[in-house]
Amino acid sequence: MKMLRGLLVPALALLLSGCDAVLLSPSGDIARQQRDLIIISVVLMLIIIVPVIVMILAFAWKYRESNKAAHAEYDPDWNHSTVLELLIWSAPLLIIIALGAVTWTSTHKLDPYRPVDQIDHARALAPNTKPLVVEVVALDWKWLFLYPEQGIATVNEMAAPVDRPIEFHITASTVMNAFFVPSLAGMIYAMPGMETKLNAVMNKTGDFEGISANYSGAGFSDMRFRFHSLSDADFQAWVAKAKASGTALGREDYLKLEQPSEKEPVHYYASVAPGLYNAILNRCVESNRMCMSDMMALDAQGGQGIVGTYNVTSLDAATRSRVGIADDKRYVGALCVASNAGGQPMTPAGRPL
Amino acid sequence: MNMPDLAKLIFGRLTLEAIPYHEPILIGTFVAVAIGGIALLALITKHKLWGYLWSEWFTSIDHKKIGIMYMVLGIVMLLRGFSDAIMMRAQQAIAFNGNPGFLPPHHYDQIFTAHGVIMIFFVAMPLVTGLMNYVVPLQIGARDVAFPFLNNFSFWMTVAGAMLVMASLFVGEFARTGWLAYPPLSGLAQSPDVGVDYYIWSLQVAGVGTTLSGINLIATIVKMRAPGMSMMKMPIFTWTSLCTNVLIVAAFPVLTAVLVLLSLDRYVGTNFFTNDFGGNAMMYVNLIWIWGHPEVYILVLPVFGVFSEVTSTFSRKRLFGYASMVYATVVITVLSYLVWLHHFFTMGSGASVNSFFGITTMIISIPTGAKIFNWLFTMYRGRIKFDVPMLWTVGFMVTFVIGGMTGVMLAVPPADFLLHNSLFLIAHFHNVIIGGVIFGLFAGINYWFPKAFGYRLDPFWGKVSFWFWLVGFWVAFMPLYVLGFMGVTRRMNHFEDPSLQIWFQIAAFGAFLIALGIGAFLVQLWVSYKRRDELRDVTGDPWHGRTLEWSTSSPPPEYNFAFTPVIHDTDAWWDMKERNAGRRLEGYLPIHMPKNTGAGIILAGLAFVFGFAMIWHMFLVAGLAFVALIVTAIGHTFNYKRDYHIPADVVARTEAARTEELAAHV
Amino acid sequence: MSDMHATPSAAVADQDVEFWMSKDHHPANGTLLGFWIYLMSDCLIFACLFATYGVLGRSYAGGPSGADLFDLPLVAVNTTMLLLSSITYGFAVLEMQKNRRGTMMAWLIVTGLFGAAFLGIELFEFAHLIHEGAGPQRSAFLSSFFTLVGTHGLHVTFGIIWLITLLFQVGRFGLTPANKRRIMCLSMFWHFLDVVWVGVFTFVYLMGVLP
Repeated sequence: MKMLRGLLVPALALLLSGCDAVLLSPSGDIARQQRDLIIISVVLMLIIIVPVIVMILAFAWKYRESNKAAHAEYDPDWNHSTVLELLIWSAPLLIIIALGAVTWTSTHKLDPYRPVDQIDHARALAPNTKPLVVEVVALDWKWLFLYPEQGIATVNEMAAPVDRPIEFHITASTVMNAFFVPSLAGMIYAMPGMETKLNAVMNKTGDFEGISANYSGAGFSDMRFRFHSLSDADFQAWVAKAKASGTALGREDYLKLEQPSEKEPVHYYASVAPGLYNAILNRCVESNRMCMSDMMALDAQGGQGIVGTYNVTSLDAATRSRVGIADDKRYVGALCVASNAGGQPMTPAGRPL
Repeated sequence: MNMPDLAKLIFGRLTLEAIPYHEPILIGTFVAVAIGGIALLALITKHKLWGYLWSEWFTSIDHKKIGIMYMVLGIVMLLRGFSDAIMMRAQQAIAFNGNPGFLPPHHYDQIFTAHGVIMIFFVAMPLVTGLMNYVVPLQIGARDVAFPFLNNFSFWMTVAGAMLVMASLFVGEFARTGWLAYPPLSGLAQSPDVGVDYYIWSLQVAGVGTTLSGINLIATIVKMRAPGMSMMKMPIFTWTSLCTNVLIVAAFPVLTAVLVLLSLDRYVGTNFFTNDFGGNAMMYVNLIWIWGHPEVYILVLPVFGVFSEVTSTFSRKRLFGYASMVYATVVITVLSYLVWLHHFFTMGSGASVNSFFGITTMIISIPTGAKIFNWLFTMYRGRIKFDVPMLWTVGFMVTFVIGGMTGVMLAVPPADFLLHNSLFLIAHFHNVIIGGVIFGLFAGINYWFPKAFGYRLDPFWGKVSFWFWLVGFWVAFMPLYVLGFMGVTRRMNHFEDPSLQIWFQIAAFGAFLIALGIGAFLVQLWVSYKRRDELRDVTGDPWHGRTLEWSTSSPPPEYNFAFTPVIHDTDAWWDMKERNAGRRLEGYLPIHMPKNTGAGIILAGLAFVFGFAMIWHMFLVAGLAFVALIVTAIGHTFNYKRDYHIPADVVARTEAARTEELAAHV
Repeated sequence: MSDMHATPSAAVADQDVEFWMSKDHHPANGTLLGFWIYLMSDCLIFACLFATYGVLGRSYAGGPSGADLFDLPLVAVNTTMLLLSSITYGFAVLEMQKNRRGTMMAWLIVTGLFGAAFLGIELFEFAHLIHEGAGPQRSAFLSSFFTLVGTHGLHVTFGIIWLITLLFQVGRFGLTPANKRRIMCLSMFWHFLDVVWVGVFTFVYLMGVLP
């Protein structure tokens, strides 16, 4: 039993020495609140865990067979005590009620979709502050960041002004990843054809690490990026650098970029084709492909009927060879919207759209 | 038809290229396995054991022998699963500063997938099923399970599934998707090769066995209890087994269904989980966790039962709070279906949905906590003998509460946003699966081994194994908790930040200590066999047990009980001893028993061929195997003479021998 | 505690309490319970397929919907076949209870024929859909439709194979207790498939053609 205790001490020491770990000393307000929640929940549970461990070891020690002193207490048929049973059910219940209340409120407060309402625990947010919008696309196996406000895009590097709320719009090209900047805020999945959102704010300047926190295939381990938290002036300079040094990101460039690659170096794009993020999200970067938003609108109307069955196409061979795509992936074709006699747009099935 | 077409018709996409000549690790393993296998086969042939193995074991429908075969399967697969683990620990300990390590992603990704699949499906499940199979009929005073043939068939289907996983080592490759094979990564577009197909078919084949064995044990417990054993007089291990099997029957069909959908996506080109044509991968994640979370309780509930039996036996006291233990088990069973979403809080569900599932998860800790307290108060005012099973139990209690605590931390959604998919999560579930399930299985093996083989396991090597496992576990997984706080994600192949390396090296050392623990266990088996005369249990009751399995001889005769016991108390055997019930020595009757059959192993063999052929797109072979499967199954139903009677004088002779032996050892 | 140790003792203290049964113990046969539990597990597979259909059933991917594809009168005929087969199975069980082997087998054959007719119509429907280009690959809706209905059809197929096997067995071995038990199991299976089909007809076909 001594050995057990001897084990626990180094274990705790290990945990304490991990205190300089990034999750325990975050630099963003959201991650800080999440860290606090970890500590609160641990403390709440230790109220019950510590006595339990002490009792396990104490009972095991005291009532061991070789301890003749305890033999007088031996009571082989003692197996019920209403008071004790009430206690052993209600003690954990009370802790869980407390923790449940904390969970309910904090989950709502720290919902990643909810705009941040403070810069940090001491500073309120100025009214009408516009968050910086960053559109994030997880590709195989690199990160693409689009800045709609600045009109630029980057790969495997992002920057944001310190103390300004950031609103991430996150999607992916083929498989599931998780967008995670540990010192900024908790992670959220990046999924193809779907958009998740994350609201956060960084309170310190510096160079932080960002990763994919959900295994996504061969190049996953190198799917990292740097997150630069900069002063406003430095951020403007960073944007200017991207504009000066970068090329344009057109739709075909995106199709090329989308192809799997590992350990992708940082690139900057000075400009981005209009509507590119929406096209990525709705899986219609190819010009002859139906956007998911349109498809869902059609489906809500009952689809395109029997005619729609054959509306399946793929990228033409010329574009494929230009972009370097081997397989002719099939997808639902975009509609050239025809008008009927009354001028309303129509589907191929002849139904009003 | 020309040659290539013919080859394609027969062999599908299987070519000689599928043999991984270029992987030295695999070739080395293959050579070792081949030499070991040939040696084993030669030994069996030399000692003319084939007939014995076939008629006494492989075709046996005796629940005790099937239970033991499940345990052997689990222990063999543990060695495979653990070698995967130690390779992962070694890789992560050295892959720093631009060193790619010795496992490129292509190989490493298969290893962590195989590790998870093997440890859950082919180690923990067979060991748990084996214990239940062996112990439950004895505890309820039955002569066998409700469907003895089905039991044999279930076992061989599990073996067939395990063989498919093992085949992937040397023919083709295993999935590179993680153990739950989330699409779109596991879809045809991202994983066109055979890995995911191996995954699907091994789980489907084994899943049939698991579901049927669940049905079998429920029917056994509900219908075959000895007279007088009401539900609230069942031993607690039988209770937890009942709940586990209810979970199996209510969860595994979901796994079957979701894997069918994934295979349709891969084989037929449907669009359930694809990115296009309206598919929705989130559906897969939800469905697989509706199976996956109950699966955790399928593993842990029976070992809760083991700990209950062990604690009360070695504290020489009645279990404290039997009724609340039963209610706690039932509550856990029901709640385990209401928490699945906590595995993916980060998918972006609304705050209300996330907090609902977070809170239901926390509620599970209430009955679990009550169980811990019940064990605690069973020890209180007891007279505790620290034999090996009790050591594992105390080790479990201390380790498991920590695992429970980290589990509740992960159940707070905003905290999970930081810790999800991190090494903290890995440390948490190894903390509950090793600290709970594995410790419980070792407690159970040490506890029931004398019943199964007639001699106790050597206590010295048992203690060595226990301490190596316990210390090894803490050294291997505490660093992972720390690394989780340092923001390190699971399934990484190599790292950039050199400050992490020391933690991985400590963890690798811990894994090495666990390896010594496994080694000590194997030594314990060998030493115990060598010293079996000294360790012999003649009484059938080496630990002063409380439940019916200790009332019969060790090992029990094939009919378990010469007379069916009548139950008056929860601790039926303790009660009999208290009241000097003694054995009944006359009036033997012929005993009705099921007959052995080879149908189970043949059917499972055909299922293996079918699965293998499907994996390699050998559709002709697959079709033939399937037809053969159906024909054999139908043929088996024409066999109506499935039982026989053990004559009364044979029973009388067996029992008389025991009487003599007991008299000689008073 | 060695006094607690179980040693055979001829002296039984509690004379009036029986600890070992003197008669043979016949636990109740668990086959029907076991089979019923199996059906519930099968029911869960269908539940998953229904749930999948519930989630994906309106994802037409710009293709045809149920309203465009389903031929309700044909499906109504099909449903009638299956419902009738359930009734005739019931008649077979009644005959079995009266130990009339010949008429029972006749009703089983009628049941099997209705089942085969059901399957035939279903296969015709599938072939027609695939011919129109609306195969299971075209959209998530069609994937889940074909899988749900096809899984049911597969069950009916195995039911028919089982039924034929049972006909042989009853013909050869007579209405033995074992065969009666098997007929009862198949009966549960057959009625279960009927109930599932009522769900399919309602949720897939009727609700599928609703606007």
